[in-house]
Amino acid sequence: MADTSTIARGGGSSPAPARGRRGSAPPRKPSGLPAWVVPYVLLLPGLVVIGGLLLYPLYQMVAMSFQNVGLRQIRGVPAESVGLENYEKLLESELFWTSLRNTVVFAVVTVALTLILGTVVGILLHNLSGKMSTFLIVGIMAAWATPAIASAIIWRWMFDAESGIINWALNALPDWFSELLFGRADWTGEPWLNDPFTIYLVLILVVVWAGFPFIAVSILAGLKSISAELYEAARVDGASAWRTFWKITVPLLKPVFSVLIVLSTIWNFKVFTQLFVLAGGTSNREAFNLSLFSFTQAFSAPPKMGMGAAIAVVLTLILLVITAVYVRQIVKTEDVR
Amino acid sequence: MTAVGISRKAARGHQQAKKRKQLRRFGLNAAAVAVFLFAVFPVYWMVTTAFKSSEQIFTTDFIPFPTDPTFEHVERVFTQGVAGHSIWKFLMNSAIVALGTVLIGAVFALLGATAVARFRFRGRTSFLILLLIVQMVPAEALLIPLFLMVRRAGLYDQLLGLIVVNVALTLPFAIWMLRTFVAAVPRSLEEAAWIDGASRFTTFWRVLFPLVAPGLVATSIFSFITAWNEFVFALTLINDQGSYTMPVALRFFVSQRSVDWGAIMAASTLMTIPVIVFFLLVQRRMVSGLVAGAVKG
Repeated sequence: MADTSTIARGGGSSPAPARGRRGSAPPRKPSGLPAWVVPYVLLLPGLVVIGGLLLYPLYQMVAMSFQNVGLRQIRGVPAESVGLENYEKLLESELFWTSLRNTVVFAVVTVALTLILGTVVGILLHNLSGKMSTFLIVGIMAAWATPAIASAIIWRWMFDAESGIINWALNALPDWFSELLFGRADWTGEPWLNDPFTIYLVLILVVVWAGFPFIAVSILAGLKSISAELYEAARVDGASAWRTFWKITVPLLKPVFSVLIVLSTIWNFKVFTQLFVLAGGTSNREAFNLSLFSFTQAFSAPPKMGMGAAIAVVLTLILLVITAVYVRQIVKTEDVR
Repeated sequence: MTAVGISRKAARGHQQAKKRKQLRRFGLNAAAVAVFLFAVFPVYWMVTTAFKSSEQIFTTDFIPFPTDPTFEHVERVFTQGVAGHSIWKFLMNSAIVALGTVLIGAVFALLGATAVARFRFRGRTSFLILLLIVQMVPAEALLIPLFLMVRRAGLYDQLLGLIVVNVALTLPFAIWMLRTFVAAVPRSLEEAAWIDGASRFTTFWRVLFPLVAPGLVATSIFSFITAWNEFVFALTLINDQGSYTMPVALRFFVSQRSVDWGAIMAASTLMTIPVIVFFLLVQRRMVSGLVAGAVKG
């Protein structure tokens, strides 16, 4: 066949550009398309979806944050620009600052707790015998796989004031012990989901419970990739287990940790479903985080979508700044070139 | 010291080491059981509550498992249902949304992944970085503009609107994950087919596709789970109760004045079990997809 040489080129193994616009006879592929067009044709549906349904809304979100978008605008009246008014109002609103505080504190605490618990369990999995390891992986998989909505509902049931098992368990503790730990012995009818502080305690538990299995399994995968010879060498040199951990395991797992930190940060910064269920919708304003605050502004009557968009912009900016560093890390380690 | 003494001492040392090893193993296994219980108990509690009688549910006592298991709650969510619709309706809605997302998403992802993994072209690196950055943008932030767009397109209250949104939400990760599977197929196979005169489409369909199929299944199950679990968009884009998906129906159930925990747990169980099964199928691939590059090997 005449065009075998261009086939190899179209495949991309040759450094020469695949765009064949040389001379009068552009190289043709069996399908009749010029070679350089093919990847773009393949990419087109994906680009349309990502551009139209992710990038364009992203632009819209920013644009709307400078506009007044209420009920009339939703019905089709063009929105008028209000400049920085939404942002000014936002910075003055107390609710914004409590939401921001809730978001940040929650994210820091849960990222730290999930990573610690996940790492410990990952190392545990690595040291278990084959059968025990499989047993535990299947177990933690159950927590990981449970849909966010279901996990929030289950924990809400377990923390139920009247018949919840948590209040039963706390009552079942010996009185002196409970007294020592919490300063009280009677937990009958304790309502956990009224007060923002205890709502967040339960929320942290729910999110850590659902989040640590992924960290553990990833850490396990990372540990398995470290050559046993390194540990052997360290052992021969008489290094202690602690020192081996810090000098071999941690440095080699650093890329894994970076990715895991980014992913958990992203996930925990915008927790919505679980909070929505635990806080009982949008009525408990003290318990808002930025996602819930934005949602409430935009979708409860009267809708203030411009304001909601401004909050979403703040949330996105924080996330992009935090993760920019790590995107660079991934770009460096992955072959994206 | 006699030779016997030395060997006895060595034996004692050996025994001590063995004992320490056993103790270590015991400690590790005990920790494993504790973590296992922490992870599994809530799921166990959901399933058992679904099968307990109402007297055993609404009690301040601890009843570890249903002593007289009943199907009344499961039956009730099917016959009486939620908001005037059988739970069957919501399961079907969720299945339609998830399957629709998977079918459209799989085709788009496969095309995109092939482009990225098989061709060098101008803009390729930018596209890959774009995929990464887009995944960092919180979907919740896009809620407001997407809500307005869906409304304007006349897809409000329609499952199709949810499908479109879910395709957008899952596609970047699907392409990102699938491209490693495509890249893993040796290029020489396709070249051989080309040399034999196969058209580009035949090569793709008869050579590349069968080899990438397992990866496509894993990616699709991931998208299925995401769409099946999706809550925020289903909550905002659907108003008509007959079009609720499972997560929204569950949340509606919980928000009612008298909370019927038996029925809620039965419904939650029905929603959760398929996901857990799927999950066990693809778990390994999902991790490698998410932390790809960071974990080598």
